[in-house]
Amino acid sequence: MTATAATSSRRRRRLAGAGAVVRRRLMVAVPVLAATSVGMFVLGAASPIDPAQQYAGAAAFTTSEENLAQIRANWGVDDPLPVQYARWVGNLLRGDLGWSTSRHEPVTDVLAARAGWTLLLVGAALALVLAASLLLGTLAAYRRGGWFDRTLRAGAYAVQSMPVFWLGLAAIAVFALALGWLPAGGLTDVTATGTHPADVARHLVLPVTVLAVSQAPWFVLFVRDTVAESLRDDHVLAARARGLPGRTVLFGHALRTALLPFLTLVGTHLPELVGGAVLVETVFSLPGLGAVTVQAALGGDFPLLAATTLATTVVVLTANLLTDLAYAAADPRVRLDD
Amino acid sequence: MGTPLSSRTATLVVAALLVAAGCSSPAATSPAAGGAGTLVVATAGEPDTLNPVLNYGVDGGSLIFDGLVARDGRNRPVPALARELPTVSPDGRTVTATLREGVRFHDGSPLTAQDVVFTYQAVLDPKVDSTLRSDLDVLASVAAPDPSTVVFRLKYAYAPFLQRLTLGIVPARALAGQDINQAGFNRRPVGTGPYRVTSWTPGDRLVLAANEAYWGGRPANSGVVVAFVADDNVRAQRMRAGEFDAAELAPKLASGFDRQAGYRVERVPTADYRGVMLPMGNPVTGDVAVRRALTAAVDRQAMVTGVLGGAGEPAFGPIPPSSEFAAPSTTGTATADPATATATLDAAGWRPGPDGIRVRDGRPAAFTLMYPATDSLRKELALAVTADAKKIGIRITPEGLTWDAITPRMRTDALVMGYGTPYDPDFVSYKLFGSAFAGQGFFNPGSYRSPVVDKALQDGRDNADPAARRAAYAIFQQQLATDVPWVFLTYLQHTYVVRDTVAGVTPRVEPHEHDVANSLWWNIHTWTKTS
Repeated sequence: MTATAATSSRRRRRLAGAGAVVRRRLMVAVPVLAATSVGMFVLGAASPIDPAQQYAGAAAFTTSEENLAQIRANWGVDDPLPVQYARWVGNLLRGDLGWSTSRHEPVTDVLAARAGWTLLLVGAALALVLAASLLLGTLAAYRRGGWFDRTLRAGAYAVQSMPVFWLGLAAIAVFALALGWLPAGGLTDVTATGTHPADVARHLVLPVTVLAVSQAPWFVLFVRDTVAESLRDDHVLAARARGLPGRTVLFGHALRTALLPFLTLVGTHLPELVGGAVLVETVFSLPGLGAVTVQAALGGDFPLLAATTLATTVVVLTANLLTDLAYAAADPRVRLDD
Repeated sequence: MGTPLSSRTATLVVAALLVAAGCSSPAATSPAAGGAGTLVVATAGEPDTLNPVLNYGVDGGSLIFDGLVARDGRNRPVPALARELPTVSPDGRTVTATLREGVRFHDGSPLTAQDVVFTYQAVLDPKVDSTLRSDLDVLASVAAPDPSTVVFRLKYAYAPFLQRLTLGIVPARALAGQDINQAGFNRRPVGTGPYRVTSWTPGDRLVLAANEAYWGGRPANSGVVVAFVADDNVRAQRMRAGEFDAAELAPKLASGFDRQAGYRVERVPTADYRGVMLPMGNPVTGDVAVRRALTAAVDRQAMVTGVLGGAGEPAFGPIPPSSEFAAPSTTGTATADPATATATLDAAGWRPGPDGIRVRDGRPAAFTLMYPATDSLRKELALAVTADAKKIGIRITPEGLTWDAITPRMRTDALVMGYGTPYDPDFVSYKLFGSAFAGQGFFNPGSYRSPVVDKALQDGRDNADPAARRAAYAIFQQQLATDVPWVFLTYLQHTYVVRDTVAGVTPRVEPHEHDVANSLWWNIHTWTKTS
């Protein structure tokens, strides 16, 4: 009873500096976001793609130059770069992310309609990959060199060499076509009249699993190696020598030590997970942000591209912050207030 | 590697996250559609907007809208919202349409001449980002003298103007005073067509419900779902999984269904041609002998069989064989004719050099052939032309580029291009081959100039008499065959897979663009499904 109270008060003290860290990170985030957006603008201006021609699509071949110039003038994309940037920042501060020229709708609408599905896909896949890799990696480390460890490692190397879209198509071929267990794509049944959670969940099983599996090798192998290493650490050996049960030693001591570097890996791997989501969304015809981001880049659609880039930057910065906070919570040696 | 989680656990995880994320549905939950009698079709191309003013389904078959004029199964104009085909004044510059009575929009409001005027004025408004303005540059003004009459005034007599009246009519009340570029109407439109929009989830599907009060008769099915699946392989797999009643598929993937019970493959002829544009500004392709030799040397039949997997036909000019304006006399031989090709080059003084490449006045017969790098079909055609040219001593260097790299080089480097329309020969060819448009962007990039062609194209536009127009376009095609500003290679076929349970499919010659509108399902309101 007293021991628990002491632990929780220690933990509270360790997170005491969290507020200051968050404030400090926010101060850094503003210049980072500003630099990202300026970089985006300069790259956009250097791009030879004519957004009006992209907007016209196949009609570009029957559209007169005068017609295209008029459309460009309506958008103000031929204005000098500083003017465009100032206008964009001004609108951004008023909460207006601009008009997507490739999607023909406000950027906020594109994000509102699609970001949720991408977050759901990435979030579910991340949860699955974390749970699965911690469990499998630890078990493999415990019986290092055994049949389970060897099979798992061989499998991980094999999956690592498979492109995610190939995994997706293979999963469709097996689970949707051959076995008929799960739908092959889409967010809902094509004839559904709404988006019912159960229907959506059934449709997300394959994409989430494919995304998780494609990202799993890194995590599994990492957990396996670090747990295997920490099993040889003094404190683990000591715990074992004290006669603690194997499960307690494995999950309570060895895995806990291995968790710290794992957090870093999660933080740095998040962008890759988002990248994989783009491909998974394409293969499974999901209306997420992936496909529109590609379309925006190819179509010279700066407002949408800037919004998705900024959103990704915010996610990565937040993930880094959370990693640091988690570090402080998990490792008594890390203090936030110094 | 597999995960130990069963799919049910994964479902639970996903469902939990779904609840946690509080995801809002982009598709409005509403009744209608769904259930028996709903047809599901799948396609790659998704429209950017559903507003005809902004280029949705302008050539008809748009399912949601009607124009004053529609096209029948043979692409001939028939009256739609106009009671009969609009009349043209003797000077050809005034076109008058009388509206059909009792037509209502999906929201119940009646169609009036004001709606027609609004639609066309919106296209002409410079503030509206519409690329259609280029197609309607002939239109001077449009007016409604009374609620059921529309009068178009043209800047000059323009014979194919009736064909431009397929543009879908939008209700003025729903859009007046709004910024049309950003109106919510563009996503949830209101038309007069056989289907009204229930929901559109971009990137996923468009759900349409039958318009029970359709002026052309109640649709034979209760609704249509158009699924947007960009990837060809995924679309084929989902078709095989039984999700769709009809789907557009690449020819080679469609062939896989030829022997599969329960499906049939529709190969639909198009006016969509592919060819090599040979610029006059290049010293090699600028020589008519080289151009004539090339058009004789290419093996079009081999391209149809090899590159298109049989889904196409040889092309010899920009007017498709299915058009009433096609001149059969300009049709050449489908296979290669190297004897004629080499004789032409010999006669023009191009002599084989030591490396087999012909030379004249110290200049080798060599040029660059550009193609858009992402278009695998054009790439394969470029490689086929390169191989055929090598056999007669012309060295072609194929080069895959992006459009922004291609555009500045079109005056001097050859390019694999494609377009074509099944409707009026004036539509694309006037700008593609007219000397007034030489060097203007994509219009006549090779700067081809021929007084004969100019006159023929102008005659075809000025004359309302079909016989005179046919004669003009015959001269046009003859002159193109003589001058060879392009080496036309193939017309494509669009291939679709349809389930045997679907009845009423009547393909018609399709244009280059086909997605929701103008596909195999242009008349889907007459299709039925037996289960």
